[in-house]
Amino acid sequence: MTLIEHAPILLIAIPLLAAFLTPIVGRVNSLLRNFEMIIALISIEFLAILLSYDVIRNGIRTYTLGAEIPGLTSPAGFPVRIILEVDAMNAFISLIASSITLIVAIYCLNFMKEQRILDKFYTLLLLLLTGMLGLTLTGDFFNLFVFLEILSVSSAALIAFYVQRGEALESAFKYMVISSVGALMVLFAIGLLYGQYDLLNMAAIADSIQGSFLDKVALTLLISAFLLKAGSVPVHMWKPDAYGEAPAPVSVLLLTSALVSLYVLFRIFTIFAINPVLLGWILAILGILSIFLGVSMALIQNNLQRLIAYSGIAEIGYIILGVGSGLVEFPSPTGFGFTAISGGLFHILNDTLDLGLLFLIAGAIFYLTGKRDLSIGGLAHSQPTLAVFFLIGMGAVSGLPPFNGFASKLMIYESVYYLNPLLAIIGILGSILMLAIFVKVFSAIFLGIPYDKELRKIPGSMLAVMGILALSIIFIGLFPNLVLESIITPATKALINPKNYIEAIL
Amino acid sequence: MDQMSKIVRTIASLLIVPGMIFGLYVIMHGHLTPGGGFQGGAVIATISALFIVAYGERIKGILNQDVLSLVESMALLAFISLAFLGISVTFFHNFLANSGKIFGASVSGVNPGYLNTGGIIPLMNLVVGLEVSAALSLIVLVMYFSSRNEVVKDVT
Amino acid sequence: MLHNIPFIAVIVLIAIGLYGVLFKRNLIKIVMGINIIGSGVNLFLIELGYREGGVAPIFTSAPKLEMVLPTPQALTLTSIVINIAVVALMLSLVTLIYKHYGGIDSEKRRLKG
Repeated sequence: MTLIEHAPILLIAIPLLAAFLTPIVGRVNSLLRNFEMIIALISIEFLAILLSYDVIRNGIRTYTLGAEIPGLTSPAGFPVRIILEVDAMNAFISLIASSITLIVAIYCLNFMKEQRILDKFYTLLLLLLTGMLGLTLTGDFFNLFVFLEILSVSSAALIAFYVQRGEALESAFKYMVISSVGALMVLFAIGLLYGQYDLLNMAAIADSIQGSFLDKVALTLLISAFLLKAGSVPVHMWKPDAYGEAPAPVSVLLLTSALVSLYVLFRIFTIFAINPVLLGWILAILGILSIFLGVSMALIQNNLQRLIAYSGIAEIGYIILGVGSGLVEFPSPTGFGFTAISGGLFHILNDTLDLGLLFLIAGAIFYLTGKRDLSIGGLAHSQPTLAVFFLIGMGAVSGLPPFNGFASKLMIYESVYYLNPLLAIIGILGSILMLAIFVKVFSAIFLGIPYDKELRKIPGSMLAVMGILALSIIFIGLFPNLVLESIITPATKALINPKNYIEAIL
Repeated sequence: MDQMSKIVRTIASLLIVPGMIFGLYVIMHGHLTPGGGFQGGAVIATISALFIVAYGERIKGILNQDVLSLVESMALLAFISLAFLGISVTFFHNFLANSGKIFGASVSGVNPGYLNTGGIIPLMNLVVGLEVSAALSLIVLVMYFSSRNEVVKDVT
Repeated sequence: MLHNIPFIAVIVLIAIGLYGVLFKRNLIKIVMGINIIGSGVNLFLIELGYREGGVAPIFTSAPKLEMVLPTPQALTLTSIVINIAVVALMLSLVTLIYKHYGGIDSEKRRLKG
């Protein structure tokens, strides 16, 4: 037994174990509980780094639950057990999910200090992480559904964390209705596929799929359900409510879970690959619509978190624009298609960092002033660090040169330009509008006469995690090639070569 | 809601015995027949529901939210730990099956149903039964008082 | 035709549930709609595993060895459990919303995102 062999399941099992340990430890001592949670998250982060390193170097790793040997996937010629499958692509996503959860948990230690029922809050946080990692690592359709529901239930409960606010309850209810209908449609699609092929393993179904009418129905249901979870345009309506009403650190996690659903969407696209050109065009056009709607709705918002949520819809638009236009060249994207897909995947990373930083700043502003709207003014006099962080986040989210958003957006623009110049132009216009919006926000919150009320200090740990995010934004912006070559390119290769993914199981 | 009449309360108290026995029967035969932890736990939780109907506000003295949620967490922890015990081979590996120890007798094909089989599956059924009965009782109790936001965190 | 009746029931159940979710204003009716969709999907899964003349997949004193598929039944059980969790969470949210606003009509809400 080596650690790396068991890393895929430990990534799911440790947060689950820690989640159920948290309420018990919390009865004894709250300090001990925080310590336990942070230790669990650090070990998950360590495992994710180890797993990514191994997978990028040695290729796909599979794990069969309950078998005699971890790698024994299909004893009777077809897979019968629960199988986890990790290639460079899901390792990349699991790395993002575990790092962001660690950062958010450290931030929460001080941000949430004054709230009650913190045991339950941390339990749900860890369950949310379990859902995200499970959704990422599973190679099996039914577990996909189970983890999707774990994700929905725990995030709905987290959105409703401020129970004394009616709006939070409403948005949690809305989120729950939409996501449970979506999840049931996923289950229905799984049933359609199971009825035809008697298989539940994604790779095995992809191997024997015929492209019949029922397959197309099933894929349409799956794709719409995961687009819904990601919050792209026709089904974005839950997103501003949920992100706006949840506690700010939870919004960061919701954003990460949207990106995890995007990963599942891309995986389903590439391994099934039924009519990829049409689907690619649909994704690209939905991306453009998301960019357009996201920025134009962000323009008129008055609540900071809602505003960031709308710009999050626009960012999701950039990702699916990039990957969608890459899929048009499927099954062998070489030239601009490869750049487009890797730009889209790179933007997944950048999106989490940028919007995560902005959400955490919004949380810090709420912590300082207790206000969610833009009528604050003059905060830069007393909080210069926060203002600098906001400037960094603003530059990154609108794609200004020294920051990471520029690197990925440039890749998306230049490759989409080959597909259709109009798409690239709308994308660039969206970025410019985004800059205008955030400049307005910056002047409304940080500039002007000094904020008159006496402010408390922001705890050091909150500033530290925001600083880590800001530093990584600048670092990736200065050395994009380093990240591209070490993580993104292997992930892109893993995503566009579904044969390897399929053959690792069979 | 006030408590109901003495007849109802007495009958409810009497029904503990058959209810518990039936619930435990379903849980313990989970690896042989349809049933198992979830169904048996649900049967046991109906007794809590019956008690809440019969006793009304007085239920606070009988069922305690704190204890129930502690039992729930403990049972979930035990479930995960059972899965972890097999990790020397793989996670969820059934290390007790066919080992000759407790629940370790080996069977194959059509059989009259030996209880002493199944490896860790009966143990898992037991903890799941504990977890589900605690969680469903908690849900019914919380919804009855609906005083604060208790969060459902059981997805087996 | 006779074989298809369960599938028609699935479609009818899902349609009823979707109608409840989409057109009803009462929040509890929306929750009921979701539960009905769930039942429809569960019926669909069970129906997929049915084999002509099969018995329940239990080896204890089985009369013969032609059995229906056990996998969909396991899936259905899991999805029932998940449905219970979802419905319980939604109903507790509805309770809180009722306490907060004094009504459960979805038209009188503020959020129209």
